[in-house]
Amino acid sequence: MSIQETLQDSKLQLAIYTATGRLMDHRANAISPELLPRYQEMRQHAHDLKKHTIENLDHYMEEFEKNVIAHGGKVVFCKDATEVSDFILRLAKERGAHLFVKSKSMTSEEIDLNERMEHHGLEPVETDLGEYIIQLAHQKPYHIVAPALHMTRFQVADLFTEKLGVPREEVIEEQTMIARRVLREKFLAADIGITGANFLVADSGAVVVVENEGNARLTSSAPKIHIAVAGMEKLIPRAQDLAVMLGLLGRSATGQALTSYTSILSGPKRPGEVDGPEEFYVVLLDAGRTKLLEDPEKRESLYCIRCGACLNHCPVYRKIGGHNYPWVYSGPIGKILAPQFKGLMADPWLPFASSLCGVCAEVCPVKIDIPRVLLQLRSEITEEKQRTNQGGLERLAFKAFAWAMRRPWIYEWGGMMGAGLLGNGGRWISELPIAPGPVKAWLSQRHLPAPAVRSFREQWRARRTK
Amino acid sequence: MAKSVSLFVTCLVDQLFPPVGLAMAEVLERIGYSIDFRQAQTCCGQPAFNSGHREPARDVARYFLDTFEDAEFVVVASGSCCSMISHHYADLFGSDSKMMDRVHAMEAKTYEFSRFLLDVAQVDDVGARLNRVATYHDSCHALRELGIKKGPRQLLSKVEGLELREMPVAEECCGFGGTFSVKFAELSGAMANTKIESIKQTGADLVVSIDSSCLMQLEGTMRKQGLPISTMHLAEVLASR
Amino acid sequence: MSREFILGRVRSALDRKTGQVVPPPPPVWLLDTDWTLEEKLASFKEKLERLAGVVHMADSPENAREIVASLITGKTAVVSNATLLADLGITRLPGVTVAGQDSEQSRKLCAECSFGITGAAFALAQTGTLVMRANSQEARLVSLLPPLHVAVVRKEQLIVDLDELLTKIPKPVEDSSSMVLITGPSRTGDIEQILVRGVHGPGVVHVVFL
Repeated sequence: MSIQETLQDSKLQLAIYTATGRLMDHRANAISPELLPRYQEMRQHAHDLKKHTIENLDHYMEEFEKNVIAHGGKVVFCKDATEVSDFILRLAKERGAHLFVKSKSMTSEEIDLNERMEHHGLEPVETDLGEYIIQLAHQKPYHIVAPALHMTRFQVADLFTEKLGVPREEVIEEQTMIARRVLREKFLAADIGITGANFLVADSGAVVVVENEGNARLTSSAPKIHIAVAGMEKLIPRAQDLAVMLGLLGRSATGQALTSYTSILSGPKRPGEVDGPEEFYVVLLDAGRTKLLEDPEKRESLYCIRCGACLNHCPVYRKIGGHNYPWVYSGPIGKILAPQFKGLMADPWLPFASSLCGVCAEVCPVKIDIPRVLLQLRSEITEEKQRTNQGGLERLAFKAFAWAMRRPWIYEWGGMMGAGLLGNGGRWISELPIAPGPVKAWLSQRHLPAPAVRSFREQWRARRTK
Repeated sequence: MAKSVSLFVTCLVDQLFPPVGLAMAEVLERIGYSIDFRQAQTCCGQPAFNSGHREPARDVARYFLDTFEDAEFVVVASGSCCSMISHHYADLFGSDSKMMDRVHAMEAKTYEFSRFLLDVAQVDDVGARLNRVATYHDSCHALRELGIKKGPRQLLSKVEGLELREMPVAEECCGFGGTFSVKFAELSGAMANTKIESIKQTGADLVVSIDSSCLMQLEGTMRKQGLPISTMHLAEVLASR
Repeated sequence: MSREFILGRVRSALDRKTGQVVPPPPPVWLLDTDWTLEEKLASFKEKLERLAGVVHMADSPENAREIVASLITGKTAVVSNATLLADLGITRLPGVTVAGQDSEQSRKLCAECSFGITGAAFALAQTGTLVMRANSQEARLVSLLPPLHVAVVRKEQLIVDLDELLTKIPKPVEDSSSMVLITGPSRTGDIEQILVRGVHGPGVVHVVFL
C-alpha cells in the first residue's frame, strides 16, 4: 500500500491515528509532573549513560562477555546477518533442533532471521501475539512496539481460519485464546528459544527483556537452549542503571512504569535451580553498527531504546503508517537508521519526508536529536548527488537562490515578477496543460496566498517618504 | 530618545504578507521603539539549509550576518526563521571559530517578535482590540527550538474583545515544512487537514500564529475547502485597535 | 570468529586502544524513598488492583493458609518449594502438589495445574510488582505456566521500588540465573488495542501479604 493509498484509506487512517493517539495519552499521563517530577532529569541522565556506553563500547562489550562466561553462557560476536544464521544453523544441527520459539525482537526482524531459518528447513514461531499475526500474514511489523497495529479483528479472523484451520472467530478475547492454545504447544515442544534484548548489562552479563504477554519468559525458560540476539548498542554499564532505563522505556512506550514482565537473565540454570535453559547464548550483532559509530555526531542514533514514542507522536507516521518506510524500523527513528544502515542512497527521499517539526526529539527518552541527524543526512545526500552528478537542477536552483539572496535588487525584482505571476492566487498555473510540478503539487492541496501587490520593502519606502 | 530595533521581516512576509511587517512595525513603534528596516535584507537561508544545500545556506547566512552585524536588536517576524539564525547558523559554521563568534553575537540579539515584546520590552498589553474568536497554532520551531508556548497566549489574552480558545492538538505540526509541502504535497495536505479538524472543533473563526508559513499552509487549505476561517499573524492581531 | 574483527572496528571507530581506561560512567541514579509499612501496603494494593490483580491481607499464618485454600478450592495447584509455603501448611492443602526439584516433573505439573503458588523474593510497593528469583525454592515456570498465580509474601519483603531493590541487590543475577519482575497479570493489546489478560502467562494474580 503506497503513501497515497494509505492516505486515502479512511479506516486505516482512523486505526493508526487512534492507536498512536492512545499510546501518546498513556505516555503523557505516565510522565506527568505529578507522577514523575524528575522526568527531564532522567532523560538527560539516560542520554549521558548511553553516550558514555557507546563512546566506550569495546570496553563494555568485553566486560559483558566476561560476565556471561562467568555465569556459564557464551557470547557470539556476529558481524552480519549471515553469521547469525550460520551460528543458529550449526547449533540446530549439533543439537538436532528443529522447532524454535521466538519472542518479539526488532533485531531479528532487521536481519530477516525467520526467512533465513525457514530457508534452511527450520521452524521459527513468533510468539508475541502481534508478531505471530504478522508472521502468519507474511508481513513486516507495522510499529516497533505494536506490530499488528494496522490489522482489524476481521482480518485476524480471516487469517486464523486460513492459516490455523480454526472456525472463524471475530471476538478478540477468543482470538487471543486461540493463539494461546496454539503457541502453548509450541512453547512446550520447542528445542530452542530466541529472544531479543532490551538491554545488555555489562557488570552482570545480563540480558534484560521487557514484555507484557509472558511469551518472552516462556521463550527464555521453557526450551533447553536460550539464544538472545541483540545489537551491541544495547549495552548499559550496570544493573543499577536499569532503574532509570526501565522507567523511561515502559513509560515512553506504553505509559507503564514497569511492564508486566521484566526478565533479567544471565547464563543457563545454575546448580540447584529447578528449571531454566541448559545452554545460554548471546549473539552480539554488528551488522552496520560499527560503521555508524565512526561518525561522532550521528552515532547518537545508536542510543535508541526502541520505545516507539517517536512513531506515536510523528505527524508523518500517523498519516503514512509503518509499511511505507523502506525498512523494519519506521517512523522518525527509522528515517535516521535506515540511511545509515542500508546506505545513504538506498532511499534518498527518506530523510526529506519530514516537516522537521521536532516532536520526535521532544519525546525521545534518551534525547536523540533526530531532526539534527535528519538535516545532516539531507546534506550528505545532496553532497552525494553532487559527487555522482545527480540532482543538478535542484542544486542550480539553490545556487541561484543564494546568489539572488545576496543581491537585494535581484531579490526584489524576482519578487515583483513572482507577484505578477501569482495574481489570481496562481490558479491559472494549475490549469496549464504542462504546469510546473512543484507548483501543481502545492495547488493540489491548497490555494496560494493572495499576492502582495507591493512588497513590504516597497510599502516601507513609501511610508518613509510620506 | 527611542530605542531602535532592526526588523527582519523574512522573505515570506516581505513578498507575500507585507501587512504582517507593517503591523509589527506599528506595534513596536506604539510601545516606543524606532524602527530600522534594512533594505539590504533578504532571507535567512533556511530553505537551502533544510534541503541539505549547506554551501548556499552558508552564503546566505554570511550575508545575513553582514547585513545585521551592527544592529542592536534584530526582531524577527517568524519563529522558524529566528530559530534558523539562533540555532542552526551554529551548525553551518561549526568549525570556523571566527564565524562562530559572529554567530553567537547574532544569537544573543536576535528575538522572535512575541519574545521581544515580553522579554525585552516587557510589555504584554499593547492596547490592541479585536472582536474575534481565535485559536492559537503553535508553530513547531518556535515551540520546540525556541521554547515559545505561553508568550503569544499571554499577549493574546490582553487583546480587548478577543476570545481565545485552545484547540485539542495545538502542538501538532500543520504539515508545511518548507519544500516538504511540495515534495510530499498530499501528505502535507493530510497533515493540514488533521490540524484544521482540530481548529474547527474550537468554533473559532480565526487562527493566530507567529509564523506566516504555517498560516499560509492552513489558510490555503481552508480556503480550498471553502471554510469561513481566516488567519492572522500575532503582529496583525496586536496592531488591531 | 568475528570477535577480534568487531572489537577492532569498534575501537578504531571510537579511536580507542585495546584496554584503554574508561572514564567513570555517570553516577548511579537511585532514589531513596522512605515509606512506612502502611504506605507501602496501600500503594502496592492500589497499583496491583489497577492492573486487575488482587491483594489479600492475612493477619496470621493460619489466615494466610485459609485465604489460599479458599482461592484454590476444587482446583489443582502446583506449589513452589519455598519453605514459607511448607511452613504455612499450604503444601498440604487438598489439590496441591509440590513442584519438587526435578525439572521435567515440575514443568509437567506447571503445564497441567490451574494455580501456581509461589513466594517472592521481594514486592515493590511503588508499582505492585513481585520480584521472583530462580533457585531451588522457586522454579521459573510455577509463576508462569498456570493460568492463575498466587504469591504469598511476608510484609518484611515489601520494599518501596525498583531503586530500593537495586540498592539492596546491585547484581541481580550474581547468584541466580533469573530475576523476573512481575507487575500484574499477563496482558496484550495487539489486536485493535483491546486489552486481553492471560495471553501467555497467568491472567489472574493474587498476592497474599502475611
